[in-house]
Amino acid sequence: MSGIGTGYDLSTTTYSPDGKVFQVDYAGKAVDNGGLALGIKCKDGVVLGVEKLLAFKMLVPGSNRRIAAVDRHAGMAGTGLAPDARAIVTRARQECAQYLSFYGDRIPAKILADRMAHYLHMFTLYWSVRPFGASTLLAVKDHELGYALYLLEPSGEVQRYFGTAVGKGRQAAKNEIEKLVKADAAGSLSCRDAVKHLARIVYSTHDEKDKAFECELSWICDQSGGEFRRVPKELAEEAITLAKAALEDDDMADA
Amino acid sequence: MDYGVPPELGVDPSASGGISTGTTIMACVYDGGVVLGADSRTSTGVYVANRASDKISSVTDNVWMCRSGSAADTQNVCAYVKNLVDQHNMERSDADPGMADVKLVANLTMQIAYKNKDKLSAGMIIGGWDSKRGPQVYGIPLGGSLLPCPFTIGGSGGAYIYGWCDDTWKEGMSREEAEAWVTRAISLAITMDSSSGGVIRLVTIDDKGCNKQMLEPYKHLMTYGELPVKRVGVDAMAA
Repeated sequence: MSGIGTGYDLSTTTYSPDGKVFQVDYAGKAVDNGGLALGIKCKDGVVLGVEKLLAFKMLVPGSNRRIAAVDRHAGMAGTGLAPDARAIVTRARQECAQYLSFYGDRIPAKILADRMAHYLHMFTLYWSVRPFGASTLLAVKDHELGYALYLLEPSGEVQRYFGTAVGKGRQAAKNEIEKLVKADAAGSLSCRDAVKHLARIVYSTHDEKDKAFECELSWICDQSGGEFRRVPKELAEEAITLAKAALEDDDMADA
Repeated sequence: MDYGVPPELGVDPSASGGISTGTTIMACVYDGGVVLGADSRTSTGVYVANRASDKISSVTDNVWMCRSGSAADTQNVCAYVKNLVDQHNMERSDADPGMADVKLVANLTMQIAYKNKDKLSAGMIIGGWDSKRGPQVYGIPLGGSLLPCPFTIGGSGGAYIYGWCDDTWKEGMSREEAEAWVTRAISLAITMDSSSGGVIRLVTIDDKGCNKQMLEPYKHLMTYGELPVKRVGVDAMAA
């Protein structure tokens, strides 16, 4: 990076001469080093998946979840620095609760996404803070949009997606998701099928060097009653079993 | 404060608790919309300060508010709510500017009424139509509670017509039936309540928009004896 060593990367309050804010770029690097987080919007809902990398063997299985519900109708999957992602989730929960108490109704997807974008953006404007080292996927159901999937980035950028991926192996994952969306021109992909695709992508893009990981899967769809929930255990286990089998088939073919 | 009230009337408005305490307001849902109705008497004690006032204020095209209690209090609550709704519409940049979520408006009104319950004398009814929940009516009486209901009545005149309204209310009325029902209810209240009177104002809201009507006194009888009222309990016993 051309700005390194010139002093332009020490604070978000100074642009580099070619118009970059390096601290924001570095926050993006922190995200790139986190496990894969991905999501797909289907005809009947949104599915989120995360490759949770395990730093130690003694961690209790299922602890330190990277996917969290922020309201009955909204949930988030984070990657990058886990504590930063948790802070973003906490803020999203506060926004949902504040909106509900003030307006007496669930927060619409667009307003939640916009408010979170403003929040993240604030951390790119002052020398006294650092931008979040985490990106989050936001899955919401509301009256206006039906089901929606957003990606929130450390820069404060928010975009709505059919499907996307962030973190390690995101490029390969994005290609896989694009293939899915292209193959599904009729828009008939169901969340049940998407769960299996996401698990497959998490396993197929996993880097062997990282060794242990857990595949977390959550969704908000018609089958979950329009509420953000973990994918039912049986379905999640089936998806993971299929993903592992597909991986072994690939290895056999390679050998 | 000089209200311009002739001294020979012997009325001191500041001693009588300010302007407009007596009223009849109501709102009901029908098949596809809502009707809001109100009388038009604004009084300061026994003096009628305005005989053709408008107690149904618009928050947006699709949400309207019937006001009872202090005119000053309710006008200001309405102005605050309008402002909050405008701010919310700016946050929802894709929103249709003339429209609002009825439940949201009712909740904002309730918040203001409840937080300032010690200072306000304001009873309000919110009625409107939105694409999310269709026609809706919410009552926000004096303490600041929020009551979703198919129809509700308020103001001093309302007390006289609870029985009649409960007795004659029908679910799934047509627009014409609902307008006639509200008109009849308010004219009954006007006959009994000395602080309700003047014209009857109606606002009808449905998916196509809102419509205001004003019914002058000669269109509805104003005195109890003139009304061919079927006295449900008494006549039934006599028969």
